Amino acid sequence: MSVRSNNPIGPLDYTRRTWMRLVLLGTFIFLYAPTVTLVAFSFNDSRRNIVWRGFTFKYYEKAWNNSSLVEAFANSLTIAFLSTLISVILGTMTAILLWRFRFPGKAGYEGAMSLPIVIPEICMGVAMLAFFSRIGWPSGLPWPLNLGAITIAHISFSFPFVTVVVRARLASFNRELEEAAKDLGAGEWQAFKDILIPHMRPGLIAGALLAFTLSLDDFVITFFTSGPDTITFPIKIYSMIRFSVTPEVNAASAVLIAITLVMTTFALWFQSRSGGQSGGRAHG
Amino acid sequence: MADRPVILQIKQVVKNFGNVYAVNGVNLNIHEGEFFALLGPSGCGKTTLLRMLAGFEFPSEGSIKIDGKETRDIPPNQRPVNMVFQSYAVFPHMTVFDNVAYGLKVAKTPREEVKKRVQDALALVKLDGYDLRKPDQLSGGQRQRVALARALVKRPRVLLLDEPLSALDAKLREAMQLELVKLQKAVGITFVIVTHDQDEALSMADRIAVMENGVVRQVAPPGELYESPNCRFVADFIGRMNLFSGIVEGQEDGSKLVVSTELLGKLTIPHIEKLSGKLHLAVRPEKLRISSEILPSAHFSFPGEVDAVVYHGSESHVYLKTDAGPLLCATLTNLSRSSVRPEKGERLWIGWAPEDTLVLSE
Repeated sequence: MSVRSNNPIGPLDYTRRTWMRLVLLGTFIFLYAPTVTLVAFSFNDSRRNIVWRGFTFKYYEKAWNNSSLVEAFANSLTIAFLSTLISVILGTMTAILLWRFRFPGKAGYEGAMSLPIVIPEICMGVAMLAFFSRIGWPSGLPWPLNLGAITIAHISFSFPFVTVVVRARLASFNRELEEAAKDLGAGEWQAFKDILIPHMRPGLIAGALLAFTLSLDDFVITFFTSGPDTITFPIKIYSMIRFSVTPEVNAASAVLIAITLVMTTFALWFQSRSGGQSGGRAHG
Repeated sequence: MADRPVILQIKQVVKNFGNVYAVNGVNLNIHEGEFFALLGPSGCGKTTLLRMLAGFEFPSEGSIKIDGKETRDIPPNQRPVNMVFQSYAVFPHMTVFDNVAYGLKVAKTPREEVKKRVQDALALVKLDGYDLRKPDQLSGGQRQRVALARALVKRPRVLLLDEPLSALDAKLREAMQLELVKLQKAVGITFVIVTHDQDEALSMADRIAVMENGVVRQVAPPGELYESPNCRFVADFIGRMNLFSGIVEGQEDGSKLVVSTELLGKLTIPHIEKLSGKLHLAVRPEKLRISSEILPSAHFSFPGEVDAVVYHGSESHVYLKTDAGPLLCATLTNLSRSSVRPEKGERLWIGWAPEDTLVLSE
């Protein structure tokens, strides 16, 4: 103990300097204080969200019994699941196209690809609204077909993110691996399935996670594409706060945070497990 | 070797990428069971040629026949050849066993046979017991053995090796050279190896093709390549060489060539072929003799001064500046621990036997 504390602080030992520790603490408070407060007040036994009045689970119960909130939640999950699935397929195909082939207008194509990432969401939302009303997209379809417009909108802004992530992963691929598979008798599809997909896996997972999160918490674009019978979770919460910020809203949000945390942890764990196998060493 | 049937027939093969000719009219016949090396500096087209044999590139012109069959329309996965890649290309997400078994599984070989053949292949490259390791748990040398086993387990007609030893350290490289030769003789498969390392080619191959700028300069067994190069490029590329140019003055007795050189005066060299005009003369450093007295009259002999002595352990390279001008390099073997080496500035005689002179065309 005393040996360690007697050690002089080295030039790169930033974590042992008081000012650095303070900066670190400040950053954590800045980042997480709002979230922690939100979750803490979801257990608050009070109708207003200002003063702490004791611990209770009753707002979780209330949120669970609020059928329109649960329905919005189910809608959000359905949309997120569908748009993630399609975004990953579409995004991966685009990434492979951009990585493998050279064609006229490639630079323009690449630029157009990243437009949904840079265009302000509000413009995307208005554009989607105008587009769907112009082509006369049918409303009042049975569930889950009525979620079609929102799902399409979500795919259009999340698949470029998948493309970016997967393409970055592909940049580290050793082409000789694929040639080796073909040399050993594999056809085009089999080499893709046996060699390229395992290499892309961490990128696919990260891309899927990104697409899922983007879709789940999107408000602006969804607001413009949703109708009275297609309320999603963020929109439902927004409409609830317009009356009053009750702990019920906190409880619903806490559940969403919990789901996101569990999913992220799972994805990171999965990625670190497969990343070690399909990463780096390929270049021998 | 030449009496064995031809397994690879390369005829007038050209490969161009736009205006750049990577391979420019190569003709080669490689025989069954031969250990054949494609040797040349980087960018000479040797790797492109190998990739055309594997099917990853297609010739712009000419034909490649494997076992008498034209390969133009055969994709890589249907050719009876396998390749060991420069980066080894061992599949990082598969175990050693799965790597070696991959080619057999793709060919839908019965499970029992796969197991047996993989075990045999791993034993062949001395990797028994490593079945369940992942590539990142192996050393570079071991990964290369996996790549070798993976290619050999398919029992190819020809095994292609792309700079297989370049990533290994010097000691391991030498051991692998010996092992590769033994392995090749044991399995009897034709090996075609691409290398830029002349030492590697000389020590392993039965025959070597030296390439330069997409063209084959000479095809010969190692000894012939070293002792009788057919042009200046090959002489200079293989080993060390003292080179100087001269002009033919005439013929003597029908078996001797009189050449006047700018730097060493008139030399009479035994040479049967009738030549005229400008040519190059060359002599290997180890064939040079150094003496404190003038060499016997059968030798060329020039007085000079030691310019530098470079110590290499087993031998020393002595650079001599002759009084006539040129710098000649002689190799001295350090035969005993107390071998006395000449010192810089020392005056000596340097020379060689006329029959050790090589006469080269441009």
